[in-house]
Amino acid sequence: MAGEIWVLVEQWRGRISDITYEVLALGREVAEALAGSLQAVVLGPGAGESASSLGAADGVLMVEHSALAEPVPEVYALALAQIIPQRQPQALLIPQTNVTMELGPLLAARLAVPFVNSCRDVQVTDGRPVARCILYGGKVEASVTPQSAPAVFGILPGVRPPEQGRVERAPAVRALSVDLPTEFPLRFRGYTEPEAGDVDITRENVLVAVGRGIQRPENVALAEELAAALGGAVCGSRPVIDQRWLPPSRQVGTSGMIVKPQLYLALGISGAPEHVQGMKEAALIVAINTDPRAPIFDIAHYGVVGDLLEIVPAMTTRVKQGKQAA
Amino acid sequence: MLNILVLVKLVPDTVEELEIAPDGRSLDPASVRLILSERDEHALEQGLLLKERYGGTLTVIALDVPEVDDVLFTALAKGADRAVKITGMEPGPSTWTAAGLAARTLAAGPGLLPADLILTGVQAIDDLDGQAGPILARLLELPYVGITCRVEVDPGARSAVVVREYVGGVTGTFEVSLPVVLGVQSAEKPPRYVPVAKVRAAMKSQRLESVPASGESAVMRVEILQLMKPEATGRAVMLDGAPEEVAAQLCDVLAARGLL
Repeated sequence: MAGEIWVLVEQWRGRISDITYEVLALGREVAEALAGSLQAVVLGPGAGESASSLGAADGVLMVEHSALAEPVPEVYALALAQIIPQRQPQALLIPQTNVTMELGPLLAARLAVPFVNSCRDVQVTDGRPVARCILYGGKVEASVTPQSAPAVFGILPGVRPPEQGRVERAPAVRALSVDLPTEFPLRFRGYTEPEAGDVDITRENVLVAVGRGIQRPENVALAEELAAALGGAVCGSRPVIDQRWLPPSRQVGTSGMIVKPQLYLALGISGAPEHVQGMKEAALIVAINTDPRAPIFDIAHYGVVGDLLEIVPAMTTRVKQGKQAA
Repeated sequence: MLNILVLVKLVPDTVEELEIAPDGRSLDPASVRLILSERDEHALEQGLLLKERYGGTLTVIALDVPEVDDVLFTALAKGADRAVKITGMEPGPSTWTAAGLAARTLAAGPGLLPADLILTGVQAIDDLDGQAGPILARLLELPYVGITCRVEVDPGARSAVVVREYVGGVTGTFEVSLPVVLGVQSAEKPPRYVPVAKVRAAMKSQRLESVPASGESAVMRVEILQLMKPEATGRAVMLDGAPEEVAAQLCDVLAARGLL
């Protein structure tokens, strides 16, 4: 059955997110394998202006409504739940980021259709979309297929290169209308910028990152000393920020900062997908972890299975000695 | 007085090496040690903070699985007023089924609904066909805010101001009328520590309530074809030796790249 494959265009604060193009590239492949057409779905006022870079799609489905001005997942889900029955797409691919996290489950629950969480790929096998999903912090993957259509897929960042899905051509735009209430139990009040930290980790060439493996707050000083010797700064993964061992301005990952330093030294960081999204573009990644199977070793260039509490001070001493000798 | 419900679940500890069962579609139970989901620990802490700030009762609710008693007694020791386990149903791998079970049990269990706030972790590492919070919210027809990091309640106005994390450290503020379901990313303070002695005391002086699962098991709408260990797309060059030797090798790598 040749149906439509939909990709939700994620827009945040006035611009289309890169992940939209990544998911469009994936959607193109899925649509071709299913001999269907790829439709980019744009929600929000001024949606029509967004179409010019969505040429990877065969068409744009546009829903303009003042209630869709901000990406409030509840309201987006309500709008999508109204247009899906009109056109019965075979699959809807939704970027799964902090902007849209709960949109897929909310929508699937409204329509009682399948949802597949945390997909790192979708391929077509025997005429059915089969997703590869991340489980258990990246330690296991599941291949999963929905049992009926339409199905909703939450697609993680990095599924395809964004360039592959960015095509400067405006496809035909079709306007769809929705009927949304003016009052919701949920009202968006506004955004708050992060408090400026003492250090902007996105501008550092060298980052020494600490994770759960640092064990105690006083051990963060070991990382600070190495970072100082290397002329860089310390940052951390979610568990360290949650414990308040480092301020939120130092968080790397999906809800923190995306960093691309020359060197990223990951100390006691397992490499959960939410963290990896924030640092995988670093030029050189070195990981030290006690768990030889930690997923961080799959993206690191160099790895050491060992005790960071012993290795880090030894490195600091060496770096300092090297500087004195030079 | 707020009626706060916190739904928690246990997930495999990823410190253990997870093995796939011979059927290829599930984990080998022998490799699984269950612990409280990390985000649910934050949901519990956020609930306790709200209870302390505004007054009320906090009930922690979990499906009856191995190790659940320890988790529930720990929650009581931390300050929860009631601990309820939902018995007699295996949710299997489906978050959807588990959320459906929880929604029906909340409705059937004694004195659970109406609640003012229902808190759960924003995600769990075993979420495959959904996330518990949004599904529960839809089933109960309540609003949902996810990825929360701060909650202020105005009990008189029956509303709350909830701060949600976006990207790059940016947060968004929502005003929502109660009751609401919240998917907690991080509590306003690190989850509190409770000494083992206090947990033991809770085991002696308090009791867990059991509520049998009610209603039919919800349908899982996705099919697991296979579980697998991820193929490494790349693999680090592994260095080994004593700490001093490894440090020297690492410094050589950095020096070769002009980073020293």
